[in-house]
Amino acid sequence: MEKDKAPDRIDRVDARAKVTGTASYAADHKIQNTVYGLLVGSTVAKGRIKSIDTKAAEKASGVLAVLTYFNTPKLPGYTTGKDPSKPPTGGQPLRFFATNEIFYYDQAIALVVADTYERVLHAAKLVKAQYEKATHKTSLEDNLATAKVPTGPRQEDYTRGEADSYKNAPVKIEQEYYHPVEVHNPMELGSIVAFWEGAEKVTVYTKTQGVQATQKSISDAFKLPLGNVTVHARHIGGAFGMGLRTWPYEIAAVMAAKKVGKPLKLVLHREQMFTNVGYRPATKQKIGLGATADGKLIGLTHEATGNTSAYEEFTEATVNISRFMYACPNVTTRYRLVPLNVCTPIWMRGPGEATGAFALESAMDELAHALKLDPVEFRVRNHADSDPEKNLPWSSKYLKECYEMGAERIGWKNRKLQPRTNQDGDWLVGYGMGAGSFGAMRWVASVKGILQPEGKLRLQCSVNDMGPGTATMMTAVAADIMGLPPGRIIIEMGSTGLPPGPMQGGSNVTATVGSAVHDVCFAMKEQIAALASKAGSVFSKANSQQLKAEDLLFSENGLSLKSDTSVRLSYSEFFKQNGLPAVEVTKESKGTEQPYSSYSFSVHFVKLRVHPATGRIKIDHVVSCADAGTIVSPKTSESQMIGGAVGGIGMALMEDMVIDQRFGRPINNNLADYHVPVNADIPTVDVLFVNKKDPIIGPMGSKGLGEIALVGVAPAIANAVFNATGKRLRELPITRDKLLEV
Amino acid sequence: MINFDYVRVSTIKAAVDAIVKDNNSLWLAGGTNLVDLMKKGVMTPQKLVDINNLPLKEIKKEGNKLIIGALALNSTVADNELVRKEQPLLALAVQAGASAQLRNMATVGGNMMQRTRCPYFYNTDMPCNKREPGTGCGALKGFNRMHAIFTDTEKCIAVHPSDMSVGLVALDATVLLSGPRGDRRIPFQNFHRLPGNLPQKDNTLERGELIVAVEIPENKLNKHVHYLKVRDRTSYAFALVSAAVAVDLEGSTIKDIRLALGGVAHKPWRLTEVENFLKGKAATEVNYKQAAALAIRGAKGFGLNNFKLKLAPNTLVEALKTATGKS
Ligand SMILES: Cc1cc2nc3c(=O)[nH]c(=O)nc-3n(C[C@H](O)[C@H](O)[C@H](O)COP(=O)(O)OP(=O)(O)OC[C@H]3O[C@@H](n4cnc5c(N)ncnc54)[C@H](O)[C@@H]3O)c2cc1C
Repeated sequence: MEKDKAPDRIDRVDARAKVTGTASYAADHKIQNTVYGLLVGSTVAKGRIKSIDTKAAEKASGVLAVLTYFNTPKLPGYTTGKDPSKPPTGGQPLRFFATNEIFYYDQAIALVVADTYERVLHAAKLVKAQYEKATHKTSLEDNLATAKVPTGPRQEDYTRGEADSYKNAPVKIEQEYYHPVEVHNPMELGSIVAFWEGAEKVTVYTKTQGVQATQKSISDAFKLPLGNVTVHARHIGGAFGMGLRTWPYEIAAVMAAKKVGKPLKLVLHREQMFTNVGYRPATKQKIGLGATADGKLIGLTHEATGNTSAYEEFTEATVNISRFMYACPNVTTRYRLVPLNVCTPIWMRGPGEATGAFALESAMDELAHALKLDPVEFRVRNHADSDPEKNLPWSSKYLKECYEMGAERIGWKNRKLQPRTNQDGDWLVGYGMGAGSFGAMRWVASVKGILQPEGKLRLQCSVNDMGPGTATMMTAVAADIMGLPPGRIIIEMGSTGLPPGPMQGGSNVTATVGSAVHDVCFAMKEQIAALASKAGSVFSKANSQQLKAEDLLFSENGLSLKSDTSVRLSYSEFFKQNGLPAVEVTKESKGTEQPYSSYSFSVHFVKLRVHPATGRIKIDHVVSCADAGTIVSPKTSESQMIGGAVGGIGMALMEDMVIDQRFGRPINNNLADYHVPVNADIPTVDVLFVNKKDPIIGPMGSKGLGEIALVGVAPAIANAVFNATGKRLRELPITRDKLLEV
Repeated sequence: MINFDYVRVSTIKAAVDAIVKDNNSLWLAGGTNLVDLMKKGVMTPQKLVDINNLPLKEIKKEGNKLIIGALALNSTVADNELVRKEQPLLALAVQAGASAQLRNMATVGGNMMQRTRCPYFYNTDMPCNKREPGTGCGALKGFNRMHAIFTDTEKCIAVHPSDMSVGLVALDATVLLSGPRGDRRIPFQNFHRLPGNLPQKDNTLERGELIVAVEIPENKLNKHVHYLKVRDRTSYAFALVSAAVAVDLEGSTIKDIRLALGGVAHKPWRLTEVENFLKGKAATEVNYKQAAALAIRGAKGFGLNNFKLKLAPNTLVEALKTATGKS
């Protein structure tokens, strides 16, 4: 395909299905005789279940079963002590009904099954439990003293050069930053439909970001051969990371379906989305940053303490960004965990990096201010020309271009170096920026392509599309190579049984699956060229040489010879002559270990205004720039970036799961009280891509985009608030009360 | 959700009779508040009496009074020509509430009757004197960021969440009721109440009394109005503090004025004393600031809501400035 060139702006291929309601999400799958399951949660945050009274629920009309610790045998996979649902890092995953221990508020203590949704709703309210309560811990800040080194990954402190050398720098800052728990809250609730055929075969429709991973979890838990577990997740109504593991509720639903011998549907309540399926952990961070008087970084220390659950260890790369983002000879990072009585966290968009970048990019702004330097200029002076952590060249890096085009578009020259000097009536105006990065990954994917006689190409891969536009990206890559209009390409995805693809996580999918589509299409062209070269074909008659793919023109009308386009055949004629129903190619494609360091980069610019008398804040303009290699699907890529900016605005100004520490439970676990931005909060978001090929990562040169869309947005806003008001806010979210009379 | 019966009535009498007969029944209007509370188990009526067929949707002028039927939709009220022309403050206040979708369902009567959004009221496993008298106030030492700064008791520091009611209390509205003992009128100011010893009681309505309409007297307060609602996001959020302002200006002298605050008390908070202070004075920021200082007298924070002690007067000043073009 033409490199460094944007193909046509393909519309999201499943947009029509989504807006007209024909796209089926997990809970939409209707199977005859489906029964309904509902989880009942613990009302205490720590302790033991003494007893559960299920009599009234069992007697209620339509009730088929009530599963609890007291009546549910452990699954075969639970006895091995091995972990059936692949916890993020260490510890023992929670298995509903396998223990009477309560680790967190709203942990499921029962699963009620009834013949209708209304009846299960009613019956679930009748389940009553007695607890032996224990003292819970739910506050990160109150329990920082109990922070411990992770036992699994990320336990090592990192030092490059001299430890904590920022302390000796001529100009330095040392500050603490905090953000509370943020919840993914995709529109689609966690949902699963499970049905068994006999005792050995089960099919589920569920909200997962990886059907193969879910298949493995279920097969491990129930000790079934992998092939006996079928998992479908074609459409997902957003996930942002919450679908990156198999949650206990999914296993419990499969258990319950088996017990009642009927197809079972279980949809979480919105409240349960806050308590049972992960979140971005609360994190306290400390940054020490020192530079020479002319703004060259000398030392950087980044410490972070995040929360995990009381039963598992979840770690993320919070401090890693500080190791490679800037050229700095002396870097120290330390990472700790505080176990709390809450559900285990899970990766949430820009996991680790978004948290770390909030601290690092705020601190960079603070130091730039101390140095009386423009924050962009300060970053340019400390640009890392190669990866200082791995000591490797970058596979590609166009961060400086991002700074430049973003500054131009936002009107950075209008920013005042001195904060609180730009006023518009009673409003204080400020500009801010923050940069982001995320590893550019390419994993393994297999894709099968089937070119059909009517000139339609079917592409199959088990990867799914949780909203970023994976199907559209696959279509764009194939359409470009095969000379087919997007409408001629059919994507079959999101099911086990299809050629295996990766998880939808870590922004890997375009590089991973896109490359496989690329390879399949090229192999298909070669295969067709070989067929066209066979004796007797019109092409070989017109061209005595062995034909190569580039000698042929591929279009929706079929094949023609490049050197003489009057020599042509439709695919149906061509296939008939070759006695083939279709041309099929399957390819596995993966990245290889290379002596390069691969990252995507982003820079976000924000212009906003603050009304100090009332604490109101209005974001006027966001410009998000990305170096993500070749942009193969510009329209869905822009949507990704806009979504990231919106998420970042939520992170900066609103998102906060409030826990009443006295009770150990969230008190704003609904979408009226847990705020995410509404349209009226979102200004124009301009998206600018460098759109230059990464020569290393894969054939198209595309790096990931989904995470960097968000990483760096929140600090850009906090920095703009400082520029507007002169007040530095180091705790998110920046709510109205914090801006009052600043 | 509990099982419940559902009936639909089409006359006021039938509506009142149905409720009086059955102690555990409630009227259903738009359902946007009641159904949520039922889902959460906070309210557990055994019977719902749907009143949407009652002929109470009309908005009309009668003599020098604007009469708005209790079943008029919030969106209809906000868009209504008469309302916008004669009582624009009300239109602004209604418009500031909830979201377009909710306003399309919500009724005037239901809006006045909506219950507090205090999280302790909403969560049945938490203490709340309003939901379950005697269990204590969860908010007092808890998450009370949204809570009252004017209260007559520490038994309940919840606020009334309605924006529309802040407009109505400012405009000297009257509530028209029909009940088992006949019809009754209550000045809007006396409709909602402070919690006192009965935090479970939001208002002075008696069992079986149906809100039929609200009535607003004509005034000259329709030229300089503003409803300023400060909230945690630009739309679709309850007020941290809101201020309703309507001014009759003669030159730059305040001839007449109506002021009320939302988000500060168990009821929409009319500021009669402050109005009297400003009447006859010049429309200046200096005067507004003095008025705001007066408005906040007697207020008290409970921790997380201390910021309202500044936000409330500042919001009032801003609203006054905007209404009178002094910003
Ligand atoms: C997410 C969300 C956000 C919201 N944000 C705001 C906001 O920002 N500002 C705001 O002001 N409001 C807000 N609301 C509340 C909304 O305004 C109310 O839910 C609505 O006005 C209630 O009207 P309804 O007709 O649906 O009442 P219903 O839910 O039908 O009834 C509420 C109560 O009133 C009683 N009732 C109804 N009609 C009568 C009558 N004629 N006489 C006597 N009793 C009656 C019912 O029995 C019931 O107890 C929000 C609501 C939600 C869900």
